[in-house]
Order: sequence, then structure tokens, then C-alpha cells
Amino acid sequence: MLKVIKLKKGLDIKLKGEPEKIFGAAEKPLKYALKPTDFVGLTPKLVVQEGDKVKVGSPLFLDKNKPEIKFVSPVSGTISSVNRGEKRKLLSVVITSDAVEDYIKHDVGDWEKMTREQIINIILESGTFPFFIQRPYGIIANPNDIPKAVFVSCFDSSPLAVDYDFAMQYDAEYLKKGIKVLSKLTNGNVNLGISKKMLNSKIFNTEFLDEKNLVITAFAGKHPSGNVGVQINCVNPINKGDIVWTIKLQHAVMLGKLFEKGIYDASKVVVLAGSRVERPCYFRLLAGAPVSIFSNQIKKEDEKGNRIISGNVLSGSQISEDGFLGFYDDQICVIPEGNYNELFGWAKPLRMKKFSMSHSYFSWIMPDKKYDLDTNYNGSVRAFVINGQYEKVLPMNIYPVFLLKAILAGDIDKMEQLGIYEVIEEDFALCEFVCTSKIDVQKILRDGIDLMIKEMTS
Amino acid sequence: MGLIKEIFEKMKPTFSKGGKLGMLSSTFEAFESFVFVPDAVAKSKGSHIHDSIDLKRTMSVVIIALMPAMLFGMWNTGYQHFLSVGKDAGFVDMFFYGFLKVLPLIAVSYAVGLAIEFASAQIRGHEVNEGYLVTGMIIPLIMPVDVPLWILALSVIFAVIIGKEIFGGTGMNIWNPALLSRAFVFFAYPSKISGDKIWIAGLENAQNVADGFSGATPLSYAAANEIDKLPDTVDMFLGIIPGCIGETSTLAILLGAAILIFTGIASWKIMLSTVAGALFAGFLANMFGGTPYLEMPAWQHLIMGGFAFGAVFMATDPVTSSQTETGKWIYGFLIGIVAIIIRLFNPGFPEGMMMAILLMNTFAPLIDHCVIQSNVKKRLKRKSIL
Repeated sequence: MLKVIKLKKGLDIKLKGEPEKIFGAAEKPLKYALKPTDFVGLTPKLVVQEGDKVKVGSPLFLDKNKPEIKFVSPVSGTISSVNRGEKRKLLSVVITSDAVEDYIKHDVGDWEKMTREQIINIILESGTFPFFIQRPYGIIANPNDIPKAVFVSCFDSSPLAVDYDFAMQYDAEYLKKGIKVLSKLTNGNVNLGISKKMLNSKIFNTEFLDEKNLVITAFAGKHPSGNVGVQINCVNPINKGDIVWTIKLQHAVMLGKLFEKGIYDASKVVVLAGSRVERPCYFRLLAGAPVSIFSNQIKKEDEKGNRIISGNVLSGSQISEDGFLGFYDDQICVIPEGNYNELFGWAKPLRMKKFSMSHSYFSWIMPDKKYDLDTNYNGSVRAFVINGQYEKVLPMNIYPVFLLKAILAGDIDKMEQLGIYEVIEEDFALCEFVCTSKIDVQKILRDGIDLMIKEMTS
Repeated sequence: MGLIKEIFEKMKPTFSKGGKLGMLSSTFEAFESFVFVPDAVAKSKGSHIHDSIDLKRTMSVVIIALMPAMLFGMWNTGYQHFLSVGKDAGFVDMFFYGFLKVLPLIAVSYAVGLAIEFASAQIRGHEVNEGYLVTGMIIPLIMPVDVPLWILALSVIFAVIIGKEIFGGTGMNIWNPALLSRAFVFFAYPSKISGDKIWIAGLENAQNVADGFSGATPLSYAAANEIDKLPDTVDMFLGIIPGCIGETSTLAILLGAAILIFTGIASWKIMLSTVAGALFAGFLANMFGGTPYLEMPAWQHLIMGGFAFGAVFMATDPVTSSQTETGKWIYGFLIGIVAIIIRLFNPGFPEGMMMAILLMNTFAPLIDHCVIQSNVKKRLKRKSIL
């Protein structure tokens, strides 16, 4: 019997526009993009220029500090533009795709007999190494490290998320292969976290994914129980000096395809969801696909406009109407903007259209009601006043406010003692949501992690 | 809505930086955000949605929770006054008498306190914080009704400037500002806040006091070991006794507590552990005994003086209390113990709640430090699975 870990803390925010479990047909996009800004802390070194021909798997840019880490094109085609921002910061490389994909073939041969080093080399060469995110810090892993464990969360508990039990049904064999690859990368365990609902899943069980060092743990509880950081904290917490690698489930599938077919196949299941989507459902897209293919799916109801988010509504990034899906994201959410003034909003007794975890409003009366939340802050920014609020939505043995204050004070020792190695932004996303003082918790945390990286490397 | 919005938009340039009245920009902003929830939207990275709660909502819930105690205090002010002069009066007369007595206190407290808040927000270029909305209501409720308005004003100035603004404003203060104002009156003008005569409106200078009427609070009887003179338990619970305006009725305060606990605005852990601490100290005193006061049943402490008001509205102040959940238990428990010890063993001051809370406010960071250190140690001891 699997170990089931019950998490009492957390919060499920029920939003309108949940994706229906069907696959929609999207037109084939003309343009794709790879955005260096998706990779935390990356200094990219561009290796192509406008007009260059690329294949699927051709490097577009490298990590300047570790040039062996390559970032490759998801499609074959021609580089149509290289976009830069302030100080010539590289923002995106856009590729106009060919009608037929032309893949770079990698020789994976009899990979099961290969050494770890050889496997890592194939991963680096194929451009799939950026799949691996290390904890601490939530940055791309270092190929020279041997992680104490690899973690994959097999469910997403955030609002409007992909249901992987549904999405993975056609990719099960590749997933199995991907897990096999992962098991070669660590001396410790490969840990899968599944939700309690998936206990009877045909895919996520130890008989199907038969691997010696595979550990599956089930989690029961609200969001953020699906966050890999929370799962690591429960199963095998990160102490000082530890390194754990995490990989998104769909990236593990892509890894499986790489070692099965010898190519970088960037296709993944993506949901288009949110209250401003005509018909929220699943799609199969290539990484870096443009959201413009969905323009007829997005409702244009009023002058307030929409916010398109790559990733989930709690920690994703805003993208424009001609923006592209982020490298790690498998969710595109469209919700209304909140740029309006509400007359005496805070004084209204009911305010039925808004959601609050607190009982000072009445959303607790209807726990199953779905909300059409917008991007308004619902208040002004204040100092930390209320306490005990963040703790209710953070199922880790961490004191979030004290950690944040240590970050604000720039106190490296305290940050370390209070557990900064164990968390990244998404783990604190709900803290930001519930905050009475409207503090940008995730931004503070990232600044703290950046400071930590700077201190530890210098 | 359109019209009000237009008025604000028209006035905005005048009050913005560089405008004619630019020096009042914080004040303008405060009024604007009072009327309209700002149209600020989430940044491009981070949480794109936010809970509908904000500090204004939080503070207004606390004010609602204070209403039963305040309204009862108004009535009781009238009731005690007419009782002291031996006159019969109807409910409306009593309430109206108290209303007229209490209203100026509330008005002065808000006017002085908010003026300082607005000014200091302007000096710092911050937005005005909502913290004083609650403090300004609590201060009159923990004063004797006859406190002179100028003393009240002074105490508010002291509490807001020394107690809060020099630390950086709401959220940064160490001590509960409302209690600081009371402590200020207690030490600077002791005759205005102690003795038997000052708790009832008009009693101090009254000519026509009813025969046998003393005006002493239950606590002063108890401190004098005259337990037999204590009012009836039901009267004490309902609050038909002399005392500070808002503190007498345990029932009204419990109503407030119910609101605070249900909405989750104040910590039930602190309330419960404060009561537990008081009962613990009270039982110990009962066990050893010696004087009638020491032998008075421990639970009676809960309905006398400012214990209930302090436990519900002031010990739970989120800024000055312990911030960790474990710390809250310790913090509350110690408040209860210290309050009862001061009551029982300090001859100079019958009420111990104020001092107990201020003392534990001082120690709250230390309690938190210990709790956090144990978390840190646990993290260091954790074994890695390889």
C-alpha cells in the first residue's frame, strides 16, 4: 500500500472556466518562440541570427556560464526575429516554422547500458537539460552535480490545472521510459508524488512504472499539495548542502521520447482555461507555441480587457496577445483585468462576486461556488500587520513571515536557518494571494534567493 | 458612482505632488481609497488574483466587534450615574446620558489620533494606515468616563507618537498603543484613573450622592479584601458595575469575541490561553489561600475589571502579540498569570491586565525567538534520506 500523506494546510481557489476533458483542435501555428526569460537567473549567449535555418533540436542560445547547457529550437524553420529589451537583454528568439519538421537525430543506441555520464551528455546535447530544475534556488541544475534524489509531481493542484491522469493516457509508455532515465541520474530515489484521487490510476503505480529506486507517495490535501517543493519537504527535505533535481511530468515524458526515438519532441498537453475563454479545454501543442492561435477563443467582453497568463493564476507570467507559451508551463489562463474602482468595496457586507479565505466575507457559505476573479489587488499595500495568515496556506514547517523579514533585512544566516533552501516562489504563491497587506511575497522571496545565490557563489 | 468618481478625478491634480495642495497628498489618497478600492492590478509576475480581504475590512470587523461593548458602556454610564444620585430613569435616558458622555471621548480620540496619523503619513510620504481606526475606538473604552478631554488628548498623542510612529507606524510597534495611552494616564495623572470616585460620571464632584453609594469597582473591593461586598456574579457578568466604559460587560465582550473568532481576525489561541493562565494563577492562589481575596474563586477574576476586554481586544493585537502559533499559547498564558499576580499581590494597583499585556508585548519577540530557534534546530537535526 502506498504511503498517503495528509496535508491539512492549503487553499483551493475555485475559478470559473475549468477545462473540459476533451482535446480541442488548434490551427498549426506559424511562429514559435524560446524565451530566455523563462529560465531563472540565466545569462544567455545567442548562437543564431535572423535568417538562420534551424532544425528541431538546433541550439538557439547557450548558458554563458555553462555553455554545455543548450537551449534548442522546438521546431524546424527560419529564425524570424531576435527580440531584445533594455540594455540589449535577450527576450526571445522567434522561429517561423516549416511545414514539415526536420529533426536532429541523437544516437541513443543501447542507452540502458550507458554510464550516467554518457546519459547526461545525450541530455545536454539534445537540449533537454534545462528540464532539470534544482532545489535549492529553483534554477537550472548543474550537470556536474549528482542529486540526492529526483522529484516529479504527478498532479497539479493549482486552479484550472491540467489533470495528468487524463492528459497522460496516450504517453504512458514514454513516461515509463522517462522515469527509467531519471532513475539513472541519481544515487538516491526517484520520487513521484500523486494525489489521493490517483491511487487507482493505471499509469501512476509501481507495477506499471516498475523501477528499483522508484518511490511513489500519495498526497491528500488542498493546493499547494501538488507543488513539488511541498512534496520534497514531506518526503526527503532539503538540508544545507543537499541538491535535489525536479522535473515537470511532461518533461519526463519528453525525456522518454528522446531516449525512445532519439529526437527532441517538444509536444505537450496544454490547457486553455479561465473565465474569459469561450470553451476551456485541452490542446496538444509544441513548447513555445503562440497564444495568438487562440484569439478567437478569448472573450472580449468589456473595455477592462483580459489578462493572459502563461502558467497558473497564482505564480504564472503575464503574456501579451501575441505572446508565447512559457518553457515550463502547460497552462494558459485568461482572466479579466481588474483595473476599476469599486465604490466602498471593503465596506460591502456581502461582495458575493469576490472570494476570500477569511470569514469576514461570506464566501465560506458556498464552498463549491466558482468565482470569476480578476487581477485587482482588492486593497492597498501595507506593512505586515496580520499574523498567522500565511501559515494557514503553507503546509511546510517553515515560518514564512520570519523568512520574508530575514530576506528584507538581507540576513543570509537567518534566511538559511529559516529554510530558504526548501522553497521557491510557487510555494509561497498562496501566501501572496491571502495577504491582507497585499505584499508581493513571491518577488521578495526571489530577491532573497538571488541574494543567496550571489553569496554562495562569491 | 460616476459623479463621485468625477469629483475625485477633478480634485486629484490639486492634491498630487506638485499641485497646489500637494502637501495633503497622503490625506487625499486616504480618502480616495476609503471611498474607492484602488484600481491597482497584479504585477506581470506573481499572483494574478488576490483575496478580497484588506486591512480596511479587517479593521472594520474589529470595530463591529467592539460595538456591543461600546453600546453597553454608554448605557451603563447612564445607569451608574442615575444610580449614584439615587434617581429613577428610563432606558432611553440612561443610554442618552451615557451617549453624550462617551461621544466626546471618542471624537477627541479619533480627531487627535487621526490628525497625527495623517501628518506622519504625509511626512514619510506613505499612505495612511488603518491601524488607528481600532486604537481610536479602544482608547475611550478603557478610560474612566470622567477623564478630562485634554488628558485623553495628551495620552493619545503619547500613544501614537511614542508608541507607534517612532517605530515606523502600524505594523512596526512593540506595545499596544491603546494600552500605552492608558498607562500614560495612569502614571502621569494617577488621580484621574484610580480610586473609588472616578468610575462614575459626575461622582467626583457630586453633591447629591445617594446614601450608602460608594462607586468602588469590584476590583477595589477585592483588593481591600472585602469580598462580601462584591456585586452579584450575574451583575458582574452582565457588566452592571462601575469601571472603565467598555470593560464592564463580559457578555458584550464575549459577543465581540465571537465575531473576532468566527471571522478569524483575532487569535482564539491567545484568548483561550489568557483565560487558562488566569485560572491557573487563580487556582494556585485558592490552594494556598490566606486572605479572602486569595480565596476568592479563580473564575471570578474573569468577569471583574478589564480582564475580558484585555484578553479579547488587546492581547490579540496581531502586531504586538506573539507571531508564532506556539508562541501565542505561551504569550497568552503568561498574560493571564501575570495579570492575576498583579491583582493579588500589588497593593498599589488593583487592575493587572494593562501591565500584564504591556509586559508580555515586550517579551513577545523573545517568545517568538525561542519558538523559531526550536524550528531552526529541528531543521538542522533532520536526517537526509539518500
